Amino acid sequence: MKITSNWLKEHLDTKLDENQIIEKLTDVGLEVESVEKQSGEFDDFIVAKILKAEKHPNADKLKVCDVDVGKENPVKVVCGAPNAIEGLLTIYAPPGSVIPKNQMKLVVSKIRGVSSCGMLCSESELNLSDESDGITELSSNDFKDKIGDNYFPKKNSNVIDISITPNRPDCLGVRGIARDLAAAGSGKLKKLEEKKSKQDGKQTVNVKIEKDQACTVFGSCLITDVKNVESPDWLKEKIISIGQKPISAIVDITNYIMLDLNRPLHAYDVDKIDKEIIVRNSKKDEKFKALDNKEYKLQEGMCVISDATGVLGLGGIIGGTRSGTELNTKNVLIESAYFSPRSIRKSSKILNIDTDAKFRFERGIDPLSIEQGLKKAVSLIQEICGGTASEFDIQKIENYKNKSLEFDPALFEKVTGLKIEKNEMTKILDDLGFEIKEVKKILDLKIPSWRPDISQEVDLVEELIRIKGYDQINMIEPQKLREKETLNKKQKLFHFLQRAVASKGYLEAITWSFTDSKINQLFIEKNKEIKIVNPISSDLDVLRSSIFSNLIIHLNKNLGRGFKDLSIFEIGPTFLGEKPGEQQTVVGGLKSGKNSRQNWIEKERLVDVFDVKSDIIQCLAEAGYDKDKLYFDIETPSYYHPGKSGRVFLNKGKEKVVAFFGDIHPNILKKLDIKTEALVGFEIFLDNIKQRKKSLKDQKTQYKFSDFQKSERDFAFILDKNFQVQELIDVISSVDKDLIKSVKVFDVYEGKNIQDDKKSVALNVTIQSFEKTLNEDDLNKINQTIISTVESKIDTKIRS
Amino acid sequence: MSDIKKIKDEYLLKLNKNLDLRQINQIKTDLFGKNGLVSSQFKQLGKIAEDERKKFASDLNTTKDELQDLISSKIDEIENKEINQKLEKEKVDITLPERPFVQGKIHPVSQVIDEISSIFSEIGFSVEEGPDIENEYNNFTALNTPDNHPARDMHDTFYLDEKKELLLRTHTSPVQIRTMLSDKPPFKIIAPGRTYRSDSDQTHAPMFHQVEGLHIDKNINMGHLKGCLNYFIKEFFEVDKIKMRFRPSHFPFTEPSAEVDIGYEIKDGKIIIGEGDKWLEILGCGMVHPNVLKNVKVNPNEFQGYAFGIGIDRLAMLKYGINDLRAFFDCDYRWLNQFGFDPIDVPSSYRGLSR
Repeated sequence: MKITSNWLKEHLDTKLDENQIIEKLTDVGLEVESVEKQSGEFDDFIVAKILKAEKHPNADKLKVCDVDVGKENPVKVVCGAPNAIEGLLTIYAPPGSVIPKNQMKLVVSKIRGVSSCGMLCSESELNLSDESDGITELSSNDFKDKIGDNYFPKKNSNVIDISITPNRPDCLGVRGIARDLAAAGSGKLKKLEEKKSKQDGKQTVNVKIEKDQACTVFGSCLITDVKNVESPDWLKEKIISIGQKPISAIVDITNYIMLDLNRPLHAYDVDKIDKEIIVRNSKKDEKFKALDNKEYKLQEGMCVISDATGVLGLGGIIGGTRSGTELNTKNVLIESAYFSPRSIRKSSKILNIDTDAKFRFERGIDPLSIEQGLKKAVSLIQEICGGTASEFDIQKIENYKNKSLEFDPALFEKVTGLKIEKNEMTKILDDLGFEIKEVKKILDLKIPSWRPDISQEVDLVEELIRIKGYDQINMIEPQKLREKETLNKKQKLFHFLQRAVASKGYLEAITWSFTDSKINQLFIEKNKEIKIVNPISSDLDVLRSSIFSNLIIHLNKNLGRGFKDLSIFEIGPTFLGEKPGEQQTVVGGLKSGKNSRQNWIEKERLVDVFDVKSDIIQCLAEAGYDKDKLYFDIETPSYYHPGKSGRVFLNKGKEKVVAFFGDIHPNILKKLDIKTEALVGFEIFLDNIKQRKKSLKDQKTQYKFSDFQKSERDFAFILDKNFQVQELIDVISSVDKDLIKSVKVFDVYEGKNIQDDKKSVALNVTIQSFEKTLNEDDLNKINQTIISTVESKIDTKIRS
Repeated sequence: MSDIKKIKDEYLLKLNKNLDLRQINQIKTDLFGKNGLVSSQFKQLGKIAEDERKKFASDLNTTKDELQDLISSKIDEIENKEINQKLEKEKVDITLPERPFVQGKIHPVSQVIDEISSIFSEIGFSVEEGPDIENEYNNFTALNTPDNHPARDMHDTFYLDEKKELLLRTHTSPVQIRTMLSDKPPFKIIAPGRTYRSDSDQTHAPMFHQVEGLHIDKNINMGHLKGCLNYFIKEFFEVDKIKMRFRPSHFPFTEPSAEVDIGYEIKDGKIIIGEGDKWLEILGCGMVHPNVLKNVKVNPNEFQGYAFGIGIDRLAMLKYGINDLRAFFDCDYRWLNQFGFDPIDVPSSYRGLSR
């Protein structure tokens, strides 16, 4: 809502200057979004007289004019207008000024070799009218003594743009804003002056409201024999001052009353109305052409104003071209009506129309302002356009009754913590327009008709405190007391894993939860695709099914930036279904390129599956899970390399998959045109990680250690190529859990001396007793047991 | 001259020559080996007359000690020399680069979420979460924003079905509803998380982060709300003084509602929080609307309290001097490295939020 302090002062008797007003507006909840110099661009235009107009030496249609701009010497201006003749009074724009119509900034320039200092303006260029043939012609009588003066009177007030919250329709008119300021002690609300206008005879256009209409009141007044003209300067200025465009007196008057009193009106050219006005519900597929020059196809049940022929306008939203007023309109019918907010909103949403009237009606117009609006319109139209006005015709299907509310003043202190006297409360409420009766300790309030937002006691608390000032509330220091743990176990796991992964050298990224369906398809597996009905762009059209969907795109972008060795990760949701809760929390990482690239001391090598395996195990270990219990197999989603990827379980029971890791499938790289020497990744599924029942502190077992000598023995077994070493280690460890302290794989060999389908795995086993130093016999025994157990449980031979 | 003296003089002379380790060890064997000269002397001890024996033994021991000491010190000397010679050859250029290591980083939004959680933890808030997909009821209706209410226009919503019943939450406020429906008052929670609006330009991203706050108990009033936010802002920006302004505003789910501005100034192109006469809006808040409490079966006559919603990305930008919101989600390696935090930098109250 745009206002100027001058306009505001027509309703508010105040001593405050503009800055104080702006501050106060914000204090009462009418947030000032911006304060702009009122069309500063208009300050530069000067009344000027053409002293001489000669043909341009190099152009037939141009003239070179000597122009008196009120200075000692005339200036030379090149002008193409046919009406630029000697003696004409017109409007001059000096270099540096900005032409309102096209926002062009003028500079001194040479036009066909003759330098032109500024420009002579047409009315259209100044947004005064649509007249673009020729330059503005000013009447000699009015302007002959004003050469050199500003054409537009200097404005001393700025445009104040206020953001009006949806609960305050009353402040969509200047008077409502003035009322709030008055209540806040910033002045006195002036009485509305009511000019008496002459009204004779009945309104002769029959108006009928059908049953069950969103329009509950339709007031109208017929004014005949008017002369619709351009608005007088004061009205034009008002309209321009808040950035709107003057059209004609009748339209400007209705707009002015809407802006001033928040009372939307509509003017019909009566001669274009077929017989009568019927307020009714639209029929399916009924069409009409609106004032925005678009044709709308209506659905059934929208509230329309129609005549015998058809739809004239969408009530409270937009009028139609068929019955619109024009400069030659002779007889007008002014409509002042009430429409229910819900219906306005519904219809305008469906048709996607946004107008000033719709904006106001959907928030709630004062239902008792019907006659007030008509009165003001009639008096202004008669003043400017003449004509004879009828009496008002008010059709209604519902009578409005002011709502009332009982307010217990004690609630105020309970909610705000601030105490104010009861008479201060009643003063504020009175200023805001409430009628107050005190019954015992309770205030019995009649709510003003312009405040549809007030229906509960707490609404009054808000009214009182915003007028009193939020700064009056005393701060209560928070108590440093914690009764409940800040994070639950799952949240702690989230934080541990997040930082654990980062500490392995990954940079954390945050990407959108939505992604490109084409890329998501590569990672979706058997999950459902979840489409967004109204995506922000076609490449962000689905919710991500995998943490990789976006991460891999961004990895590729970074490769494009010339980075080769990248490690990034993200922790966040992936989506399984479109219902609330059908989502998982996943931490996923991608790693590309090489380790120790071009290093003088470390040998460089490609990143591989064992890098990510190590990262996963270490992260899970850091989060408190026993790394020796983790169990692996090779079933992985299709976007991993089938031979170089794995699946992780917390233990041999294989309850839930806690992670995948491996090389990304070469096909994915190909499809996404990713150029890198190696790309590996992992996903850890937080929701699948079983919470430990005991906390870490309770898991610590008794400290038990042995100081007896430990021995190491090496073994090598010949195994099938596809045999998983995990099982071999498991078998050896379980030979004697007390004696066997560790099993290390120190070599895996395939090739010479080993059959093609076999591999040799060499292990180092540490043996130590809790009871004694083992002698050769003991050790040999264990050796034998290890070999025989392995050979009996696994199809293998010890390598001799 | 006794044999002992002879041996001593002879070997002292020998030992004082320039010898290598092998020669010294030979001397050691000559003297103290099984049949060494000194060892042989000891064997004669029994044959010596009793009256001379004591002196003989004493002389012999002295000589033995003297020679042994000299031998040890000679050996030490040689060994030291050898080590030094060896070390001289082993010198490396320690200005060569170290073995490579990689450093990971935590995203500033995650870091700020942890900072916020740490601050509110101190005053007794616990962390709650809710799903990113919400139903229309939790996101709007239960929050006193009925359908066909213009306040819905304040949120550009992503929908997942044509009926507009399923959507991506436009704010973290539905977590209030979920929390209150699933438990009994009092409530004292914060809920950080992702939020979505179909709005995208230089200063708006279709996804951003909010933290919701909710404190419901008996007799919690606006004074508590002001105190809580004042504490938070001071702690968060790690400044002693903060200029804060509560401005009346409107949110359907709170009443009275307020927006909170903090004072700032621009010094050398950087925003300084807490000073200056400019205002910056950083959050919305208010007393939870009785209608909301009724919707979650909390008796508004018995319980009341406040709620707030803060833009996390915005806070991160202000605190860490990040200009471009879009960059948060662009994953540029250079940006992540520059604005990311070391994973061991866990914000905590005793060690400080930031370094």
